[in-house]
Amino acid sequence: MRARVLVIVALALFAAGSSAGATVTVGSKAFPESWVLAEALAQVIRSEGAPDVRHRNNLGGTEIVFQAVRSGDVDVYPEYTGTILEVVLHEPRPLSLPEMRRELAGQGLGVSEPIGFNDSYAIAVTRQARDRFGLRTISDLARHPEVRLGMTHEFLGRPDGWPGLARHYGLAMPHVVGIQHELAYAALASGRIDATDIYTTDAQIQRLGLTVLEDDRRFFPRYDAVWLYRLDLAKREPRAIQAMTRLTGRIDEARMIRANARVVLESRTYRESADSLLAETLAGTLAPRSAAPGLWGSIARNTAQHLKLVALSLLLAILAGIPLGVLATRSAFLGGAILSLSGLLQTIPSLALLALLIPFLGIGAIPALVALFLYSLLPIVRNTYVGLTTIPQPLAEAAEAIGLSNPAKLFRVRLPMASPSIMAGIKTSAVINVGTATLAALIGAGGLGEPILSGIQLRQNGLILQGAIPAALLALLVQRAFDAFDLVVVPRGLRLPQSRI
Amino acid sequence: MPDPAGIEIENLAKSYGPLQALDVERLLVAPRTTLALIGPSGCGKSTLLRLVVGLLRPDRGGVSIGGTPMGPATRRALQLRMGYVIQEGGLFPHLTAGENVALVARDLGWTEERIRARTEELLELSQIQRELLGRFPTQLSGGQRQRIALMRALMLDPEVLLLDEPLTALDPMIRSDLQRDLKGVFARLQKTVLFVTHDMAEAAFVAGEMAIMRAGRILQRGSFQDLARHPADPFVTEFIRAQRPLDLAVAPGA
Repeated sequence: MRARVLVIVALALFAAGSSAGATVTVGSKAFPESWVLAEALAQVIRSEGAPDVRHRNNLGGTEIVFQAVRSGDVDVYPEYTGTILEVVLHEPRPLSLPEMRRELAGQGLGVSEPIGFNDSYAIAVTRQARDRFGLRTISDLARHPEVRLGMTHEFLGRPDGWPGLARHYGLAMPHVVGIQHELAYAALASGRIDATDIYTTDAQIQRLGLTVLEDDRRFFPRYDAVWLYRLDLAKREPRAIQAMTRLTGRIDEARMIRANARVVLESRTYRESADSLLAETLAGTLAPRSAAPGLWGSIARNTAQHLKLVALSLLLAILAGIPLGVLATRSAFLGGAILSLSGLLQTIPSLALLALLIPFLGIGAIPALVALFLYSLLPIVRNTYVGLTTIPQPLAEAAEAIGLSNPAKLFRVRLPMASPSIMAGIKTSAVINVGTATLAALIGAGGLGEPILSGIQLRQNGLILQGAIPAALLALLVQRAFDAFDLVVVPRGLRLPQSRI
Repeated sequence: MPDPAGIEIENLAKSYGPLQALDVERLLVAPRTTLALIGPSGCGKSTLLRLVVGLLRPDRGGVSIGGTPMGPATRRALQLRMGYVIQEGGLFPHLTAGENVALVARDLGWTEERIRARTEELLELSQIQRELLGRFPTQLSGGQRQRIALMRALMLDPEVLLLDEPLTALDPMIRSDLQRDLKGVFARLQKTVLFVTHDMAEAAFVAGEMAIMRAGRILQRGSFQDLARHPADPFVTEFIRAQRPLDLAVAPGA
């Protein structure tokens, strides 16, 4: 009973801590350009005087952040027109912005004017190749089949990638190789290839001095960056709309490339890059912002959040899993149903589970807790079941035959005898949970997954380790803590060297 | 003191799938008497005991204890009137010997005072040193475990004692000690006892009367002399002969 009250109180506190109070929440996807833009917008909204503005970064892919803006967990995030057509509206033909607005209005969503740059596929060539062959447009390539192309495998495979491009422009290039993205940069730098596919705001364009060929016959769809926002924001916090307007039409490809380069190539934080972007764009009309937490501060904050997620979800899984395990022993039907259902949950990939939960629970700590809870269930349920059903038959019979009440059979005999197995299940759950909780960052629940995700995006191993090392230590610590806990929970008689009984 | 309950078995049958494990027309154990159930492995004697204690539900017929039929509604009340000891004791490994002995009494809400007093009485009866009560079953010898199991069975001062091969797993020396002590306890407490064994000497020594079983049926009931002198079935003779040392060594009832 007391445990149940504790859980409810803890959940309430957690829910309160995670999203309450923020009047405007800006979201971003899991890559640097999205972080920088969202952070910049959050700062401008703040400077417009909105009291509480949050930036939830790293909200996974389009599906996740789009669900979040639909459910109201996020009010606005940077999106691309091409993505809205493909992923959101499933619209094969290009729509104008007003058409797009009409389609989205039904879902309570709006699209701003373009932010100013187009982040599309493009073909980039080295300066040497540009000068030697006189390349300016993609059409120019058709006249120079000797140009050596290194394309990413994805680009070579997509119908709207190389095959479509080659047909559209009538390109017959004999020198096309598939190459991994990072290697393509190195190959360009060393002159092994002359051209590659690239995003138009790729930081490497600046670093390697590449020239982006003009898509003169308009093959690539437009991926104009826009703000995708909730229409109710206009009434709730008009200052957010003003802020969006201040950031439309002002950031061109060159600015975005520099902003990306600061994060990707110069190892600055996305906050610093957003500061610089705003300084260039709005020329010092913003109030200075508070300093970001230092390395140890952010590790401590992430670890604390991680522990909170693990502890709460595990507690809930214990409170639900042990009774379910007991219930499973009651009949073959119940046992089969409970065990296969909790096994089934385990087979849902974690990303899919998170995505499935967002329409119902939004983003943030609550869906993360639910997902972690579901993943923690199986080992506890199964080990409870196994612990109870593997009590040696003579002892199980003795418990039945000596006139014990039903509660006494369960609490004085069967559960204590199953306790080593149950504890092993809880330990397994705890360790899995510590690992899985790193994915919670994908839906804005924070934790040690945050630096890991950022590190993967930026290919900065240091950042990955900031999350991975504490997570590994945490897993070890949790294991140790439960080993110690065994001494309290498992009766001493079961920890003695067992002779045959 | 009113008579304790007897055990009445009427028309009792139990199958495991196609295997007819038990088919007993009638078996009475009169109050204050000891009956040994004897027979080879798989003859149904343990099945019979499990039916009596309510671990199994019969396919047909039934068991009554002191006139009360065993059934789902009466099971627990009847179990509290019976003490049950199994091979190797059936002590719970997570409880100390003392906790095992007191388990059911605690469940029934006895005061610690009352539990302590009753345990004292039983220590003397079962010839157990007090300090063994603090040990866990794994820290006890086989003989000590059986004595503790007997204490647990006697804790509530039941009217009926059911013992399922309680001595089978013990060394011969310890076994013979325990046989003697058990017989003493039965004589002193005057319980109704059903004692399952496959050892003819043990049956003859501990119980005045025995019922010999084969393939789920009771072939013959009587004293050892009755069985030896007037076998009702060739199998009875065969079974007695198979346990050869007995012919000479045992003077039943002596």
